[in-house]
Amino acid sequence: MTVAALRYGRLKRRRAYGWLGIALALFCAVLAAGALLAILGYVVVQGVAAINWDFLTQLPHPIGVPGGGVANGIVGTFIIIATAMAIAVPIGLLTGIYLALFGRGPIPEALRFLSDVLSGVPSIAIGLFAYAVLVAPLKHFSAFSASFAFAMLMLPLLVRTSEQAIRSVPQTVREGALALGMSNFRATVGIVLPTARPAIITALLLAIARVTGETAPLLFTAFGSQYWELNPNNPMAVLALQVFNYAISPYPNWQAQAWAGAFLLVAAVFVLSVGARLMLSRAMRGLES
Amino acid sequence: MSAVATAAGQELLATKDLSAYYGEREAVGNVSLSFPRKAVTAVIGPSGCGKTTLLRCLNRIHEVAFEARVKGRVLLDGEDIYGGDVDPMAIRRRIGMVFQRPNPFPTLSILDNALACAGKGLNRRQKMECAERALHAAALWDEVKDKLRTSPLRLSGGQQQRLCIARAVAAEPEVLLMDEPTASLDPIATAVIEELMARLTDEFTIVAVTHNMQQAARVSDYSAFMLADEHGVGRLIEVDETGKLFTKPSDPRTEDYITGRFG
Repeated sequence: MTVAALRYGRLKRRRAYGWLGIALALFCAVLAAGALLAILGYVVVQGVAAINWDFLTQLPHPIGVPGGGVANGIVGTFIIIATAMAIAVPIGLLTGIYLALFGRGPIPEALRFLSDVLSGVPSIAIGLFAYAVLVAPLKHFSAFSASFAFAMLMLPLLVRTSEQAIRSVPQTVREGALALGMSNFRATVGIVLPTARPAIITALLLAIARVTGETAPLLFTAFGSQYWELNPNNPMAVLALQVFNYAISPYPNWQAQAWAGAFLLVAAVFVLSVGARLMLSRAMRGLES
Repeated sequence: MSAVATAAGQELLATKDLSAYYGEREAVGNVSLSFPRKAVTAVIGPSGCGKTTLLRCLNRIHEVAFEARVKGRVLLDGEDIYGGDVDPMAIRRRIGMVFQRPNPFPTLSILDNALACAGKGLNRRQKMECAERALHAAALWDEVKDKLRTSPLRLSGGQQQRLCIARAVAAEPEVLLMDEPTASLDPIATAVIEELMARLTDEFTIVAVTHNMQQAARVSDYSAFMLADEHGVGRLIEVDETGKLFTKPSDPRTEDYITGRFG
């Protein structure tokens, strides 16, 4: 056998292996995307069938009475997430600024580590913690305790993403501000932070998306309610909780409503994710020019 | 170094035995150099000779980098800017800086860029006057007067760099540091900026870093030549009136450089 023939034979084998690898990768990619599309498609089909105007605008009906909606849960979701943001955003953002400015040394490293650990804590454990510090001592469930749990879930995400957002601003912008005699803090808050704004808004949207569908921490904090409830000191209806309760109920019309609620949640997260993507691409464009 | 002798007494800024470090690495070693008042001093030399680091020591922006530190003194009007009770923010107000790449603040309008560090406590009219003065000084007013409220990112690179000059000038510093201010610009924009530098010496003492020798010859009154030694430490080789340095350099290494034998 000549050398050329030998090399040709190896080449054929290598080429075959190459194609095999690509085919395998493609197959897995289709599998992953297919699973996601199947879930989405099923939720959309079931949800759209069950959703209607009453569902969005009415209170839940008692068992056995057909119709009714989740208006109180939708409003409750907004209230609880807004309160959670009010707690988590200032702390998360300022911690992110601190890490971006004084990023080296034992204290920042410890903060990053703690924040990574916190982001890995199961949400039900965080719910239990909220129960232990806010529900048990006060002897009643409350929307505020749910906001507290959500804030704890958002916090590590906000810390790391806002640090990244601030770091993504070119050093030249920061130095330009410092060279004009601005203080470190003013250069960061007045110049660097606004430059990073689209990326920071992206971080906020992703943080909201992160907690929108969370149910476990709500079970023993917000607890749920059949009525209009706007007072954060009382138990409150939450959409994710209603989906949970309706889904495990034996009544077909409640099960249908669970699908409609799931559809709303998926749609909300979808909109938030797409919005985050758009903001991020805007941020990238802004930094390039 | 006769130029330094004649300039003595009228120097506004001077370094004494200045060394600059990044961690353990020494980037600039024992540089003593005077910058005469209301003149352009060019710092020239090949890439990596420490000229930008030297410039960054002059307004204490060097220490912003990680583990950056300085040994020696920098005298501004006889006072050591590295003295224990000196606030770097106060120094940076007196010593403005223009960077290699235009870095206007992307989220501020052209007007607010010009006023980024000026105009505190002024009323609206005074602010406008302040901005107009600075933009005039940077030869930019006529080009932007109709779009003061728009983003600086729509300006050309040369216009952005002049906006950065206006921003620095508006703070009314005594010294203007320029780090290769035309390195990222085309020849026409470069010519505009060079012309501007000559005019700015009416009011400011300018220190400009450049690796473009023609530019140094065109715009500067004095030139300092730096070169990295065998350990990579930037050393001052010689300093003189620009005309002399380029025609009769006293050090053979300077001659090698300006005749294009290396760098």
